[in-house]
Amino acid sequence: MEYLFVLPITLVAILLVFGGLFASRLVAPHHPGKIKNDTYECGEKTIGSARIQFNVGYYLFGLLFLVFDVEAAFLFPWAVVLREFGYVGLIEIVLFVLVLMIGLIYAWRKGALEWV
Amino acid sequence: MFNSLPNLQVSWEVISVSQRVSTTYGESPILAVVYALAAIVAIILFMSLTAMTLVYTERKVAAHFQCRLGPMRVGWHGILQSIADTLKLLLKEDIVPDQADKAMHLFAPVLCVLAALLALIAIPFSPYLAVSDMNIGVLFISAVSGLGVLGILLGGWSSNNKWSLLGAMRAGAQIISYELSATLSILVVVMFSGSMKFSEIVQSQDQGWWIWRAPVVGLVAFLIFLVASTAEINRTPFDLAEGESELTAGFHTEYSGMRFAFFFLAEYLNLFIVSSMGATLFLGGWMPLHIGNLTFFNQVMDLIPPGLWFALKVSGFIFLSMWFRWTFPRLRVDQLMKLEWKVLLPIGFINLLLAAILTLSGFYFFPGNS
Repeated sequence: MEYLFVLPITLVAILLVFGGLFASRLVAPHHPGKIKNDTYECGEKTIGSARIQFNVGYYLFGLLFLVFDVEAAFLFPWAVVLREFGYVGLIEIVLFVLVLMIGLIYAWRKGALEWV
Repeated sequence: MFNSLPNLQVSWEVISVSQRVSTTYGESPILAVVYALAAIVAIILFMSLTAMTLVYTERKVAAHFQCRLGPMRVGWHGILQSIADTLKLLLKEDIVPDQADKAMHLFAPVLCVLAALLALIAIPFSPYLAVSDMNIGVLFISAVSGLGVLGILLGGWSSNNKWSLLGAMRAGAQIISYELSATLSILVVVMFSGSMKFSEIVQSQDQGWWIWRAPVVGLVAFLIFLVASTAEINRTPFDLAEGESELTAGFHTEYSGMRFAFFFLAEYLNLFIVSSMGATLFLGGWMPLHIGNLTFFNQVMDLIPPGLWFALKVSGFIFLSMWFRWTFPRLRVDQLMKLEWKVLLPIGFINLLLAAILTLSGFYFFPGNS
């Protein structure tokens, strides 16, 4: 029953934003114009759209994050029952983390952690 | 595991609002519905009040750090300033750029508010005041705050503006990177307390808070959490996602009026959520300052109600965050990534393994109980 409020709160959050925008639409001025609705670029004319190829560095960090976040998902249940597992569990997780650390060191040596 | 803690000086009875609603439902369904609705209204009120108070506090704290007075005109010492600002934002025109992806542009603030509100329901304010006390509370908060990143990325991308896109990508890379360190430091506490349930984590600290009870590793985990959480909510010195001197306003450059207000709201709610996470995990949450078996000292500390303890700890945490803002200069993006991947992450892993050894060997203060 502890998840009772998850769905209502989800609905409330959505309603809240739409309600706020609706209330604002009722009282705020609304005069769209061509120049006003232009993309903001510090007074300069925009060159091209923002749908461009992006620095691949972000993607690399995204990949690395995925690996370590999945690992964290494995570590959570382990951390809860560590006392029951005892030292066997510790050794197993050390091996597990070690494999990942080798991966991190590999990425480090390959220069994946350098920001270009 | 240790669902029953043996030598408690005070036995804390923990009831969450969800639990109370479901027990009431058996007796009278109407009363339960009314109760649940009251809780939802309370959450919304709390959310708006927290955000407004934090904005006001931030402005006042910033002002006094710079030997200014800050807002003084609206109400006594400008105390109504946030209300005036909210009204002003409500009256502002809602401008959506022609180039923007309209639906996604609208959806982004919804995601951010949703993430913040959902995280709010798992926070334990006092033994009797937590909307939900889930058995995976810690994981739940980590999971739903992940939604906020999506909101930020979506907002930046859908605006079809290069400032926004750059800000959003930076924010995304930064938040996901620092999430790893935050998770690793949270795991230390999960390990020592042997539970992900907030009420059990708090109760496991009734002999002392984990920040000092777990020798050194607790403090290291706390410091990592402090840095990582500051980065996760995009606050100075890690605010390069919206470095105003280079990116105008980062991902919310193209947001105005109420849409901007909701991003702002989510930002300050996240500050509160992160601070209460830190306070709950490392500083005992609503648990008064107890030191082992010093019964008299503990009884004196128990005179201060748990809710007040929680409020004090969270306020301290928030003040620290505001203090950071006027102390540290902003990092560069390569320094930011270097700090996380080459410093915090390795330290976090080593700290985690050390903490595991300490947990198993019982080499921490007052290991008898948990």
